[in-house]
Amino acid sequence: MTTESPTILSAAVLDALGEIVGRDNLVYGPEELLVYECDAYTIEKQLPNVVVLPRNTAEVAAVVRLCAEHSLPIIPRGAGTSLSGTVLAVTGGVMIALTRMNRILQIDYRNRRALVEAGCVNAWITQAVKARGLFYAPDPSSQSACTIGGNVATNSGGPHTLKYGVTTNHVLGFEMVLPDGEVCWLGTRPEGGEDVAGFDLRGAFIGCEGMFGVVTRVLVGLSRAPQSFKTMMGVFESVDEASQAVSDIIAAGMVPGAMEMMDQLITQAVEAAYHFGFPLDAGAVLIIELDGLAAGLERQAARVIEICRANGAREVRLAKTEAERLELWKCRKRAFGAIGRLSPNFLTQDGVVPRSKLPEIMRFIRACSERQGLRIPNVFHAGDGNIHPLILYDERDPEQVRRALAAGHEILAKCVELGGSVSGEHGIGVEKIDFMAIQFTAADLAAMQMLRRVFDPGQRCNPHKMFPGSKRCSDFAPKKQAAA
Amino acid sequence: MNTITPPPAFLDPARALACIHCGLCLSSCPTYLETGNENDSPRGRIYLMRALQDGRVALGDTVAHHIDQCLGCRACEAVCPSGVQYGELLEHTREHLEQHFSRSLWQRFLRRWVIEKVFPFPERMELALLPAWLIKGWRLEGLLPQFAREALSLLPAAPAPGRLPEFCPAAEPARARVGFVSGCVMTVLFGPTNEASVRLLNRAGCDVFTPVGQGCCGALYAHSGQLEQARACARHNIAVFERLQLDTIVINAAGCGSTLKEYGALLREDPEWADRARAFSSRVRDLTEVLVAAAPPSASLRSGDPAGARVTYHDACHLAHPQRITKPPRDLVRARAGTNFVELPESDVCCGSAGSYNLTEPAMAARLQRRKIENILKTGAKVVVTTNPGCLLQIRAGLRQAGAMDVEAVHIADYLDRVSG
Ligand SMILES: Cc1cc2nc3c(=O)[nH]c(=O)nc-3n(C[C@H](O)[C@H](O)[C@H](O)COP(=O)(O)OP(=O)(O)OC[C@H]3O[C@@H](n4cnc5c(N)ncnc54)[C@H](O)[C@@H]3O)c2cc1C
Ligand code: SF4
Ligand code: SF4
Repeated sequence: MTTESPTILSAAVLDALGEIVGRDNLVYGPEELLVYECDAYTIEKQLPNVVVLPRNTAEVAAVVRLCAEHSLPIIPRGAGTSLSGTVLAVTGGVMIALTRMNRILQIDYRNRRALVEAGCVNAWITQAVKARGLFYAPDPSSQSACTIGGNVATNSGGPHTLKYGVTTNHVLGFEMVLPDGEVCWLGTRPEGGEDVAGFDLRGAFIGCEGMFGVVTRVLVGLSRAPQSFKTMMGVFESVDEASQAVSDIIAAGMVPGAMEMMDQLITQAVEAAYHFGFPLDAGAVLIIELDGLAAGLERQAARVIEICRANGAREVRLAKTEAERLELWKCRKRAFGAIGRLSPNFLTQDGVVPRSKLPEIMRFIRACSERQGLRIPNVFHAGDGNIHPLILYDERDPEQVRRALAAGHEILAKCVELGGSVSGEHGIGVEKIDFMAIQFTAADLAAMQMLRRVFDPGQRCNPHKMFPGSKRCSDFAPKKQAAA
Repeated sequence: MNTITPPPAFLDPARALACIHCGLCLSSCPTYLETGNENDSPRGRIYLMRALQDGRVALGDTVAHHIDQCLGCRACEAVCPSGVQYGELLEHTREHLEQHFSRSLWQRFLRRWVIEKVFPFPERMELALLPAWLIKGWRLEGLLPQFAREALSLLPAAPAPGRLPEFCPAAEPARARVGFVSGCVMTVLFGPTNEASVRLLNRAGCDVFTPVGQGCCGALYAHSGQLEQARACARHNIAVFERLQLDTIVINAAGCGSTLKEYGALLREDPEWADRARAFSSRVRDLTEVLVAAAPPSASLRSGDPAGARVTYHDACHLAHPQRITKPPRDLVRARAGTNFVELPESDVCCGSAGSYNLTEPAMAARLQRRKIENILKTGAKVVVTTNPGCLLQIRAGLRQAGAMDVEAVHIADYLDRVSG
């Protein structure tokens, strides 16, 4: 265990930061810093020294330059909805929260793209353009709160990733501040054409988990909203049968917009929260959405229903109105939150397995749940084999925390064993560091570190994440408050 | 961090732990949208409340500031997937603050006197407002200190008090016996609106009873953490309305409505009153709910009068969030305005009125007021319809300050009465 102490911030640096962003936009008292000690991953906690709330790119650049001069760690932060501790200030440092930079700057309908500030909330973009028949495709379940900057940094996906892809497929370019304070633009510029000469540095950056610099403005592509939808809910006796139906639908040559599965426990929690009318005794509920041109959807829907029935579905219900369809999605998208009704804390994983291995990993999770004596409901992107076991625990009981972590470990190890990966979309953060060495070779990791140093030679930007051998906060604050 | 001796229990642990820190509530919180500081967000405030309860932070200016700055608009509650009952957590924390935190003299004066001793009593409010109206009439505002000027700018140019008859019969054979809650601010400043509400109810086939003995609903007390006073108000009103054997109890002010609907929760621990409170609350309906149920507006949209003004609708927080009522008022307005109806961007982001908030937190109230007015002006609407007296005062004052003299803010009862009567 290392003994390096957390960052120390002098009063002079604090003053200088205050001069850049205004004292009102600094958060530094111990009471106010508290909520910044973690993101939606609440197992590990550590206070940053200060949080700055800049207003524009120039302020971000000035803050970053100052930190470079004083060799201070910087931690970019969006809405803090990360589920893997990617915004944890492991050794303290200066947290740069983009939450005041949240405007939509320009909408270019002709070229179907929008320029937004990094702190702009994902769902606001679709809200702004939907009257014109457009939408921003990546739809993480947290889209009503998470920021585009956070999406870029974690390459977020969502239920509709199956058909529409992830963030990198829809972000054309962005402005960023390098860890030394230099401002640059990667990828397509707002005024430029789509093709950019040279390496795709934009692509290299996306998914960097805040380690390559601070994104300040993003140019996103807008997609034409599908003409029509057929959204269905299939009720199955077991996860196995539902998984088989998923495989058969894909095998039949269809690419639904989304295929989402909820197991019994989560269905019950969601039903308690939203009273949609989900059957409480079903082993699994599958939400399938077909979208595209109205002509032909009818036939596809009939085919999907047929496949579900062939796999033992006891009922397949079609959303009859747009309101019903939206209600169904609301239930799905808020499913994570609904488990607050079951337990004060949850730890979620987002491992990926080949679709054909879904039944196997689900059986493993059930066994793991029994072994650890913790409930583990599941809601996940079945179409791309991206699982989301929600391990329920109470952080006031250290024994439960230990078992939750152990369960998470076992499940991820199994994903890798089954030929999958440890994270589909939530990122590595501090949570899954140990798995990097399992999934990648030493040479892979060294190559990644080299790329990182191209952007951040000093390795000060969101440090101690992702790479094995990083410091954990328990190295610094061995005795942390349990509750809160 | 040093731990301090935890204070006496004020948070129900199960309710407080229902927050799983997911952050999905952030973007719906008006104060967070303005400051970007997570301490001004629901997740941040709940974190502070819990830290306060656990003795991780001390009760000082900083904590009090972030709790005070909360509008109590409960937008967070409406979007929280985990069902966190934020309103209740806030009231209990505020009660704790009231008892254990000492404020500045001016804040104490506002809270103790103006809000608790004047607003809830129509007669006192009329008297208390007299000098204010004279100052306004004689244009002497300039002589006042800033905070008083801000408070004063909220008052309409002239009072419009009105007392309703105790009984107003239905226009046609009565289909329902309803009680009408006349409200404190409504009675003094919006007498004609109350009359319009009763006319609409009469036309909808309701015999309307407005008992004189009724008192303040207790909302202002509850929101500022004076829970005992709020309970006293509740008991009084329950008793007054029980005597009349009503089918429904109707209210036209969103803020009062949500409190009346929560008497059940407020008196949960009181064995003598718990059942009666629940029964009372289950009968309470917002005016728009009753009107829509009596005569469902047709779904097909008639074309708006081409010469007619554009109309938009602002969601009063306490109607949209705790009561989750957003469709009935829109349907009513849309049925009249037809294609002249336009949606208001951020229609459910608080206008900054929030009960007595614009008196106690004028700076944030003014920021949200500006935000609201900018959105209204963007729509090009000349009429803004809403359902709460506080919102009306706040929006009217904001429109005046912006020089938008051709845009009017009206209560939905006045709007409906005018276009259908
Ligand atoms: C209920 C719930 C459901 C979720 N569902 C999904 C889902 O379906 N799909 C999915 O992919 N994720 C999901 N997530 C995870 C999370 O919402 C996403 O990772 C999201 O992209 C994070 O955005 P944020 O603004 O909250 O970023 P934060 O959590 O604040 O930060 C995340 C990472 O991005 C970096 N970062 C943030 N802003 C910037 C910036 N401007 N410049 C550089 N780096 C930055 C941070 O340093 C950190 O590494 C879910 C989370 C919750 C709580
Ligand atoms: S209040 Fe609800 S939405 Fe907000 S962080 Fe807590 S659980 Fe999530
Ligand atoms: S009540 Fe309103 S102001 Fe207070 S935390 Fe909730 S959303 Fe924010």
